[in-house]
Amino acid sequence: MTTTSAQDPQPGELPLQQLDRVVIRFAGDSGDGMQVTGNQFTRTSALFGNDLATLPDFPAEIRAPAGTRPGVSGFQLQFSSEDIHTPGDAPDVLVAMNPAALMVNIGTLKPGGVIVVNTGAFRETDLKKAKCDTNPLEDGTLEGYRVIEVDINARVNEALAESPLSNKDRQRCKNFYTLGLMYWVYSRPLEPTLAWLEEKFAKKPELVEANQLALKAGYNAGDIRELFQGQYEVPKAKLAPGTYRNIMGNEALAIGLVAGARLANLKPVFCSYPITPASGVLEALAAYKNHGIVTIQSEDEIAAICSAIGASFSGALGMTGTSGPGMALKGEAMGLAISTELPLVIVDVQRAGPSTGMPTKVEQSDLLSSIYGRNGDAPMPVIAISKPSDAFDMAIEACRIAVQYMTPVILLSDNFIANGAEPWPLPDLDAMEPFEVEFTTEKSDDFLSFGRNENLARPWVKPGTPGMEFRIGGLEKAPTSNISYDPDNHQAMTDLRHAKVRKVADSIPTPEVEGPESGELLVVGWGSTVGILKQACDRVRAGGKDVSRLHLTHVWPLPHGLDEIFSKFDRILVPEMNVEQMTVLLRGELPEHTYVSYNKVTGQPFLVAEVAERIEATLAETKKA
Amino acid sequence: MTDIAQPKRTKKDFASDQEVRWCPGCGDYAILNAVQKYLADAGKDPAKTVFVSGIGCSSRFPYYMNTYGFHTIHGRAPAVATGVKVANPDLDVWIVTGDGDSLSIGGNHLAHILRRNLDVNILMFNNEIYGLTKGQYSPTSPVGTKKKSTPMGSIDRPFEPAQFALGSQATFVARTIDQDIQHMTKTLAAADAHRGTSFIEILQNCVIFNKDFYAANVERKVRADRTIDLVPGEPMIYGKERDKGLRFNGFEIERCAADEADVWRADTKSTAPAVILAGMRDDPEMPVPVGLFRSVEAPNYEIGVNAQVDDAVAVKGAGALEDLVYAGETWTVE
Ligand code: SF4
Repeated sequence: MTTTSAQDPQPGELPLQQLDRVVIRFAGDSGDGMQVTGNQFTRTSALFGNDLATLPDFPAEIRAPAGTRPGVSGFQLQFSSEDIHTPGDAPDVLVAMNPAALMVNIGTLKPGGVIVVNTGAFRETDLKKAKCDTNPLEDGTLEGYRVIEVDINARVNEALAESPLSNKDRQRCKNFYTLGLMYWVYSRPLEPTLAWLEEKFAKKPELVEANQLALKAGYNAGDIRELFQGQYEVPKAKLAPGTYRNIMGNEALAIGLVAGARLANLKPVFCSYPITPASGVLEALAAYKNHGIVTIQSEDEIAAICSAIGASFSGALGMTGTSGPGMALKGEAMGLAISTELPLVIVDVQRAGPSTGMPTKVEQSDLLSSIYGRNGDAPMPVIAISKPSDAFDMAIEACRIAVQYMTPVILLSDNFIANGAEPWPLPDLDAMEPFEVEFTTEKSDDFLSFGRNENLARPWVKPGTPGMEFRIGGLEKAPTSNISYDPDNHQAMTDLRHAKVRKVADSIPTPEVEGPESGELLVVGWGSTVGILKQACDRVRAGGKDVSRLHLTHVWPLPHGLDEIFSKFDRILVPEMNVEQMTVLLRGELPEHTYVSYNKVTGQPFLVAEVAERIEATLAETKKA
Repeated sequence: MTDIAQPKRTKKDFASDQEVRWCPGCGDYAILNAVQKYLADAGKDPAKTVFVSGIGCSSRFPYYMNTYGFHTIHGRAPAVATGVKVANPDLDVWIVTGDGDSLSIGGNHLAHILRRNLDVNILMFNNEIYGLTKGQYSPTSPVGTKKKSTPMGSIDRPFEPAQFALGSQATFVARTIDQDIQHMTKTLAAADAHRGTSFIEILQNCVIFNKDFYAANVERKVRADRTIDLVPGEPMIYGKERDKGLRFNGFEIERCAADEADVWRADTKSTAPAVILAGMRDDPEMPVPVGLFRSVEAPNYEIGVNAQVDDAVAVKGAGALEDLVYAGETWTVE
C-alpha cells in the first residue's frame, strides 16, 4: 500500500499527464450526496467536451441506517477523449466517504487503482456500523492500491470555520469538498458547479457560500497539499459535429413522448402510478405542461393504463409508464387495448425481478412477458431503447407504430438507461417526419368500425363525431363492432390481430451487421447492453479475431431479413440480462440457427471484459465443433 | 348537422339496433327504458354522449344505447371514464356499473373518481348479488346470504353503497328504484344537473338470483311503507298514509309522527346526517331511504387538470419542441 497523506507531502513539480479515459466511482452514505457529486462531475465533463457515460447505483431504501453497507450510494462515470459506450467496467479511482462505501466498492476497483478515502469517517463507531472488525486502512485490505488519505470531515470544518452554518450543516458540504478535489485532479473548471450552486440554493445564500467554499477548498487542497502525484487531463472527445446536451434516459424518453404526440398531431395524456425507476418519466412530463401534455397520477397501475385507454378512446394519445410489477398489474387492460384496437404507448422501465425484486437494479427480464404475457392470444408490438440518448427516437417510434397500426405498443427501457446519462447529439427537428392522424368522420357505404386499411389498422372514430356512434369493448366483436361469439369470426379476428402486429415489420429497417457479414460468430443483443457488446466486440477484433455484431431495436415483431443474416454465421451468441429470454424468442422464430445463450442477472450491467472473454471462449468452442 | 335542424329526439334515437339480452323480468329493462327516455326528453346529443361500463349484467348497458359506448373490464369503468373525460371534457359521460363491479373489484377506482369529482354520472345497479357469474353473494349482500359459494351463509358485513360514496367525499349521492320511473327520472335529472361525480345507486331486481330483498322492501305493494324518499327542503315523511316520520335524536335517527319529522337537508357541511340515514338499512324497523343523500359543490378534476395546462401555457408560453430538446446546457462540436 502506498499512502500519501496531508502530513506527508510529495516533493517536486506536479506534472500534467494526458489520459484517454478515466472511470471514477463516488461512493458514500446515501445521505452524503454522492448522486449530486456524480451528476456535477458529469455535467462539467459534458460541458468541457468529453464523451461520457454514467451508472448511478443507489440503495432501494431512501435512508438506510447511516454508515451501514446497505446504505451505500454510488455513482460511476467514465469520461473520455474518445468515443465510449459504457460507464466502464472497473473504476480507476474510488472515492470512499466512509468504511461501508470502501468495503462495498473495493472489489470493483482496478488493480493498482487509486482510492481517495475520507479518514475522518473511520472512527471505531464508523467501523462498527460498517461491520469491519479491523480498520481496512490498516489491516492490509488496501494492499495493491494507491491510497490517498484525506480527513475530509476536518478539512471541511476548517474551510467553513467562519460559516454561520451549524456543525451538522457544515458537514453536509463534504461532497463538494470531495468534488473540488477531483476537479483539481482532472483539471476540470469549477465555474459550472459554482453557477449551479447559486441557482440551486438561490433562496439560501448561506448554503451557496458554504458549498462554494468547500468546493474551492477541495480544489485548492489538491494544489497545495500535494496529495496526488500530479494532475491529469482528459482532452475533449472528437464527437461528430453537431449540438449536444447531456441527457438522462428518463428525460429523453419524456421529451420523445411529447414529440411523438406532436408528430401525430394528438393531445398527449400520460397516466402513471409512482414506481421506481419509472417515476422520473411522470415527473419530467408533469413539468412539460406548457407543451400541451396532460399528466394524471392515478390511484394505481390498473387505473393508470385504463385512463390512458379512455383518453385514446376520446381521440387523444394515451400513454402510461411503469416498471415490472406494474406491467403485471396492467396485463388485463393491455388486452382491452389490443381487443378494442386503440393506440396506446406503454413504457416499461425494467428492473430486477421477480415480484418486487431489486427495484433500483438493472435487468432485461420483462421481454417475454411483454410479448406474450397476457391472457388469450394478445399480440402487441414491443420495441426497446438502447441508451439514454436513443430514448427520444424510440419514444417517437412507439407513438408512430401505435397510431399507424391502431395498437398498444410496449416501449422497453431499463434502470441502466433511465438513470444513466450521456451526451445527446441533438436532432434536426425540421427533418422529423410527421405521422399525422386522420380521424374518420364520415361513414362510407362499406364503413365498418373494425374495417381495415393497408396496415390492417381499423378506422379511428372519436366520440363527438355526429352519426358515427358505435360501441366497443373487450368482448369479441364482429367487424361491425357488435358482440360476436361466432366461431369463424373469432378465428378471423384472432388471425387479423396477429397479422396486423406482424405487419409492423414492413415499416422497420433490417438491422445492420457490424463487422464481417459472415463468419463463425454473430453477437446479437438488444436494449441497454448495446455499448458493452460493441466495446467487447471491438476488443476481440483488436485482438485479431473476427466477430460480428447485430443489435435489435424492434424485438416484436422481429425485423425482416434476420434469417438470411443469421444463416451466414456458424453460431449466434445472445448476451442478455435475463435467463435466455431473447434466445427462446429467436429459437422459436428462427429455429434454423445455432444459438448460444449468455446470461447475467446480478442486477449490474455486463462488464466489457467478461463479454469479450465469453466471445473468445465461444469462438474457441465454435472452432472445435 | 346542426342542433337547430335536428327534430326533437325520441327514446328510439337512443336505442341501438342490438337485441337486449337480459333475463325476462330483470330490473335492468326498466332502467334502460328510463335512461333512454330521460336523455331524449332532456334533448341530449347521442354523438356527445358516452356510456362506459365495467363487467356484469348491468355493464352490457352501453351496447343497447345508440351513443358512443365502451364496455371495459371488470371494475375499471371509473378509471377508463376518467381518461375519456379528461381527454375531452365536452363529452357527457355516464358510467354503468353493478355492486360487484364497483364495490368489490373496482372499489378503489370508485373511491378515487368520487374524490376527484369528475363531472360524470354513475349508475350503480345494486341487486346484492353476482348475476352474470350465476349467483354468488356480493359485497352488498346481507350477512348470512346462502348461495352456492356460501352454503353456510356469508360472514362478511356488507358495504352500504351510499356510506361508501359519502366516505369517499362524493358530492352527489342518491338512491332510486328500477321500477319507479318517475323517481328515477327525477333523480337522473338532478344528477345530470350536478357538476361533479353523481353517484346513483339503483335498487335493481335480479329476478333470477335475488328477488327476496326486492320483494320485502321495494316491490310496489310494500314500497310506500318500506321506503322513504329523501327530498331536500321537505320533512322526512313516508307511509301509504304519509303518517310516519323520521327525526334526529342526538347522534341517532328515530321514527316519529309525521308532524314531528325533521326537514331533510342534503348540503350540510358534515356528511354525518346522510351517513346516519344511509345506515338505516341495517335496521328492519326503519324504512329504506331513497332520494337525495347529498348534493354539494366541489372543483372538477377534468377542469383542473386541463386548466393547469392552460395556466402553464399562459405563464411559459406554448412550448415549442425545440425548447424541450435544445434546453439546458448545450455545446457545439464543429
Ligand atoms: S341474472 Fe339477474 S341481473 Fe342478470 S340479467 Fe338476469 S335478472 Fe338481470
